[in-house]
Amino acid sequence: MKQRLLACCVLMLLAFGARAELMIEVTQGVDAPTPIAVVPFGWSGGAPLPEDIAEIVSTDLHRSGFFGAMKRSDMLSFPQQQSQVFFRDWRVSGQNYLLIGRVVSTGGEQLQVTYELYDVLKESRVFGEQISGSTRNMRDMAHYIADAVFEKLTGLRGAFSTRIAYVTAQNQGGGRHRYSLQLADADGARARTILESREPIMSPSWSKDGSKLAYVSFESSRPGIYVQHLATGKREKIQSFAGLNGAPAWAPDGQRLALTLSKDGNPEIYTLDLARRQLTRVTHHYGIDTEPTWSPDGQSILFTSDRGGQPQIYRVYLSDRRIERVTYEGNYNSSGKLTQDGRFLAMVHRSAGAGAAFNIAVQDLKTGRLDILTQTSLDESPTIAPNGSIVLYATQQGNNGVLAAVSLDGRVRFRMPSSSGDVREPAWSPYLQ
Amino acid sequence: MRALNVTKVAALALTFAWVAGCSSTSTQTDSADMGGSMGSDSGAMTSGSAGMGGMSGSELPAEVANLQTVFYFDFDQSTVRGESFADLEAHARYLASNPQAAVRLEGHADERGTREYNIALGERRGNAVARFLMVNGATAGQVEVISYGEEKPAVMGHGSDSWAQNRRVELKYAGR
Repeated sequence: MKQRLLACCVLMLLAFGARAELMIEVTQGVDAPTPIAVVPFGWSGGAPLPEDIAEIVSTDLHRSGFFGAMKRSDMLSFPQQQSQVFFRDWRVSGQNYLLIGRVVSTGGEQLQVTYELYDVLKESRVFGEQISGSTRNMRDMAHYIADAVFEKLTGLRGAFSTRIAYVTAQNQGGGRHRYSLQLADADGARARTILESREPIMSPSWSKDGSKLAYVSFESSRPGIYVQHLATGKREKIQSFAGLNGAPAWAPDGQRLALTLSKDGNPEIYTLDLARRQLTRVTHHYGIDTEPTWSPDGQSILFTSDRGGQPQIYRVYLSDRRIERVTYEGNYNSSGKLTQDGRFLAMVHRSAGAGAAFNIAVQDLKTGRLDILTQTSLDESPTIAPNGSIVLYATQQGNNGVLAAVSLDGRVRFRMPSSSGDVREPAWSPYLQ
Repeated sequence: MRALNVTKVAALALTFAWVAGCSSTSTQTDSADMGGSMGSDSGAMTSGSAGMGGMSGSELPAEVANLQTVFYFDFDQSTVRGESFADLEAHARYLASNPQAAVRLEGHADERGTREYNIALGERRGNAVARFLMVNGATAGQVEVISYGEEKPAVMGHGSDSWAQNRRVELKYAGR
């Protein structure tokens, strides 16, 4: 038993050493981001805290593109409570808002964090709150504060407390690769490996409650669809027919998966009732039908099909199997993802014309207008933040696959370069409890 | 091959049992996570890595040792090229006269476009080769098609030369 525990620890250390940490580089923000100063939080305890809450909040707000965070080195003072705030100083240095806070120990690892947001121009307190946690979840507390401030000032729910799953691949030479499925905070921190294999791993998809991931793994030398419970690490192989078993997509009700199977001869969309293990074929066409994604109301599935000669996105209504074509612009539209309100469709798009690149585009399904959001060339795997503000996608930088993001309005951009290997197929979690 | 598979299954089963032990340890260390749902997701960390080598046994039988085993395709196409016919026919003849032999056809695509769509394209190429073999004497039971899409490029690089080498079907004889 002892040996096994030791082996486990060694294994965990190895996995930690091997993780590909992502960093965020904001490459473009809104024209006039709101200036905000996030002052280092006070701490009266002895030993230094493991995380700098103010720094994490400041970085979250800054990378949203909506805010310009003041540099700590430019601050004239570090107030921890209202009586220490001199509004004039902050006004002179151009700040609109000021966030201050303090951390106190409540015994053992337990902490209490108080934060307060001030409107510098009105010289008034906007709101404040006291939250409890421990030294182990300070990053969660910081993302919580960033979410609260973001929502208060933009009216948009923050998505800093969410997570991303993604696949990394390392070429080890001699035809050998190492693939891994990673889980990280939305800012790329605390990355951890949840599956490793010498065979490809693809298409991670979050359950709507954020507790499970479905994905495709070739570990048995054939593609299989697996569901892994994130809390326990337990997983099950749920589908492995002859041929393709791919593109799992969780239904909004959490009870069904849409997926692609070619067991009947060519790739078709199916739904699988997970409790009853009942498979229902949805499409019937000799072309390729794949990459299903659900409408938020669960009434229809959007998918990629080359039934018209080139890949385009179609919608099938589950009640009567009626099919309508959704995309018309360009000669390649695929891998569609809808915003939570069902109005905007992000996708991989290639314009008509020789040598055109593969970009991320968004189509307003109400007006039909299509906007190309990226200028790089091998962009793929779009995934949308649960608040509908940002599309995260995979692209190439130099000879490496990296993640990058762009806001749906194209005004904010950031990249998440990795320390090693190819990073691909991001999947943004829903809001987590 | 069969014996090898049993070993693999045993190794995998052991890994699962062992990993189950692991996850209980890491649950404790991670239980303070505010999210809660993040508890011990490291549990399956090694489940794909133990004893999961690629297919072995792809050595060519002596009778077909000098034949091509990689067949290339045009962009966005799954039509078997004329240059592939002679060697594929010879493979088909070998399969027809050796009913116990079997091949695995691994379909691949270049990196352009989306991954799941490319998996479908790779399968279409594999199926085209499978049909060619069957028309020329192989039986359905001797031919298995697996598509890797763009997941296992033959060469790295982002230009038309690399892409041409990656749009392919690899024919591998199953070990006996």
